[in-house]
This record gives sequence, structure tokens and C-alpha cells, in this order.
Amino acid sequence: MIDRIDISRVLRTDVCDLYSNLVTRPTGAMVRIGIEHRLDEIGDRALVILDFSDVGLLDFSCADEIVAKLLLQYVSLDIPRREVYFLFYGMSESHMDAIETVLERHGLALVTQRAEGGPFLMGIIDGDQRRIWETIRDLGSAEPRAVATAAGLAPERVERALDDLWRRRLVIRENNAYVSMSDPRVPPPASGPAVPTTHS
Amino acid sequence: MTKVIEAPPSLDDTSFEQIFEALAPLPPDEKILIDARHTRWASPYGLTALLTVAQTRLQRPALTVPEREETASYWSRAHFFRYAEDLYELSGRVPRARGSDDNSVLLEVTPITKTEDVHEVVDRIQTKAQSMLTGTLHLEPSASMRFTMALSEVCQNVIEHAGRGGWVAVQTYQYKKRLQGRRVVVIAVSDSGIGFRQSLESAHGPRATDRWDDGMALEESVMRGVSRFRDTGRGQGLAGVRKFINKWDGKFSVRSGTAQIAIVPEWIGGDPMTEGMPFFPGAQLQITLPERVP
Repeated sequence: MIDRIDISRVLRTDVCDLYSNLVTRPTGAMVRIGIEHRLDEIGDRALVILDFSDVGLLDFSCADEIVAKLLLQYVSLDIPRREVYFLFYGMSESHMDAIETVLERHGLALVTQRAEGGPFLMGIIDGDQRRIWETIRDLGSAEPRAVATAAGLAPERVERALDDLWRRRLVIRENNAYVSMSDPRVPPPASGPAVPTTHS
Repeated sequence: MTKVIEAPPSLDDTSFEQIFEALAPLPPDEKILIDARHTRWASPYGLTALLTVAQTRLQRPALTVPEREETASYWSRAHFFRYAEDLYELSGRVPRARGSDDNSVLLEVTPITKTEDVHEVVDRIQTKAQSMLTGTLHLEPSASMRFTMALSEVCQNVIEHAGRGGWVAVQTYQYKKRLQGRRVVVIAVSDSGIGFRQSLESAHGPRATDRWDDGMALEESVMRGVSRFRDTGRGQGLAGVRKFINKWDGKFSVRSGTAQIAIVPEWIGGDPMTEGMPFFPGAQLQITLPERVP
């Protein structure tokens, strides 16, 4: 199931209909609570597209309250609340600046996608995991052995890395295969690797 | 007995130290008069700090208005007198604030006491900052968003750490002595709250070191991102501001208590840390971004 949450709409409906910028920590906390209420209404397993397209400014405090705290709750190497995958969509360069800073601070990573182009990773992730994630993105969906072959890495190493990536909710696990996530509304890039649409 | 403190002709972050120095030995209930008759120019730091000074006094202080028409008129346009009227006994002619096309005031003196004020400041400055930063200062369009982010963070710092409200103002002007006359944009934020040292002590207590003072508290907060909140996500605001300042070759200074810490670019020079300054409550922050030569 794929759900889309328009962040600017959450800001206007749950915080103040006059606001267009995500600034200040209390505002960020209220927006995050609004997102959590919406997440409560969807199933235990879902791909959620958090759409930042209409957000004006996002400052560091708000990025910490919304992005970092949401990820810390739902994406963890221990026991996440539910199997929710987040795709951060439509972020501008300045949004990314703020988000990159908070991801670094907390050692987090996320998948993001712009209106044009395929998904990419942001945040803290080691070189092997990044390479394996990019292989999955290019393949769309594959079992660990196929990923190992494509990446030219040892199968056990790839299996471990894929499990970590799944626990961090950076790839979707579907039976024995791992699946890349992307926004189905975004056409695949004209050149370069095809980015498939996936459903969990 | 009223203590008269003469304001310097040019009132900025450097010259304001003369006022802090004159204030430091005075008991808070001593009546003061700040004589600004001969002041010809004030930076946003000067205007916000003047309002802050009044808030530290137990007896309502007096202020004489600049005699020079142009200066007093500018202070009016910057909304200084709008708030000074409540805080000071004003003497001299206060010009009426009239709307003008003065583009040098990007954000008039504005009180910051609650979260909504930060939203208002951000909303008000966005359009004006965009055209000023890209059109006049020749910065990339992306810099204007980051500039507003920095403004938002320094304003929030007042709400979260000062324990009382503060003031913000943003102005652009031409540097006469440095930068071959290039323009700069300056953000100043000033409060008379508890300051950085006491803010950190409120959560962690005084550090078990001989060197625990205002300077060390500034180093911890501004350079290492330590906050009074235990939440690990805190303290990123000023770190983000620092990153932005470094990228655009700006200056960032924070004065609190008896110390000042600064990120100092080559074009302006100065000490990254100054200690043993005259005590003044709260915190006074300034961000200066220079024009890029196209």
C-alpha cells in the first residue's frame, strides 16, 4: 500500500492555516504529531511518501523534529513500531541542507526523490551498503544472490548488508527479495538506470 | 543622581562596548541617561542592544534622541522608537515613522517573545531578502533560503534559551572602511536573558573545571553544539548557522556575559574569542554577510 502525506497541508491543517514555512521546534513537533496521526490510520505495512513539494522554508530545528524524530521512531535497528517505509519527496536544496545536518547528528539515512530523476540516499551509510542499495535501485527488485553478482561482492556480505538496509527501512523486503522504493508518479529518468515502481 | 552615558557617534557592535563598559559598574537601580544626541549612525546591533540595555535597568532610563534629522528619521523607519517609547524616557524630537522605499531596512526592529514571532519574521523577510541578496549582494538564489534559516535559528535561540524575549533587526549597508566599499547584510539579535553560561548550568550544573566561565560556555554552545536540553537533536541550530556563515565568508559573533566568540573571515579580522569584557546580561548575536564581487 502506498500513501502520500502532503507536509504543507499537515502544517496548514494541524498547526496554522497561515503558515507556509516549517520553522521552529514547536511547529515541527506539531507537524510530526499530525503525520503520526495519519500513519495510525494506515496499515501496519506501508510505503509512505512524505511530500515536501509545497513547503517553503525548513529550518534545522523543524528538520530535527519532523524528519529525525520520525525516523528514530519508525526506523531502527531494534524493533520499529511498524513496517513503514518512508520516501521523502520533492525536497529543495535548502530542505536537504537542513535534513543532511540532522541525519548526520543522529547517524540516520533516508531515501529521497525529486520531481525528476530516480531515488537516492541521504545521510549516514557506509560505502558497501550504499553500493548495494544503488544496485537494488538499478535492478528494481532482486534476491540477495543476484545483487551480489551485480555488485561483485560476496553473497554473505550482501545478505548482511541487505538485512541492515531493510531494518533501516531503506529497501523493502518482499518474501526472499528486496525491492527499491520510488514514487510511482515520477517517470523513470530518460537515461541511466531504470527506476521501477514498487509496491509493498 | 543620574549617570550620563554618552553614545558614540557610530553605534555598532564594536563601539557599543563603550556603553557596556560604562554600565558594568553601575547598580541596576541607578538611573541612567544615554545621550545619543551626537550619534549619527547605528547598526542593527546598536538599535537592538539599546533596547536591551533599557530592559536591564530597574529604574526607567532616559535617552536623548539623535539631533541629526536623518539619523532620527532612520531610527523611526527602523521602528526603534516604537519600542523605545515604552522602555525609555525620550527627550528630543522623535520623527513620525512614515512609510518609505528605504530598502536598506530588511527587517525593522522586532520583538521576539514567542514562536509565532519567528514565523512572522520569516514571512516578512523572505521576499525582501531574496531580491536584496541576489540583486544587490550578488549571492546565489539558494543563499537567500539559507539566510532565512539562519535568521530563524538565531531568533529561536532567544525563545529557547534566554528565558525572556529579545529583539531582532536586519539591515543592509555599505562598508566604508573594509571590503572596498562593498555592501553587507547584517542580522542582529539581542536579549537580556540568562545568557549561555547560566542556560547550560540550568541543565548540567557548573562544569567541574577551573575554566568554567562565559567563554567556555560559548565554546560549548556555539562550536560544539551543546545545549541545555538533554535531547541529542538539540544544539543544531547554531551549528547550521556556522556552516552557512563559513560557506558565504560571513562573520558570526556571539557575546554573552563577559565573553565573545566569533567566526572571523579574513576580510574583517579580529579575535575568535574575547574574554574579560564588561559584563552584560543575556546574549547579543550578529551575522554579517558581505556582497560577492560578480
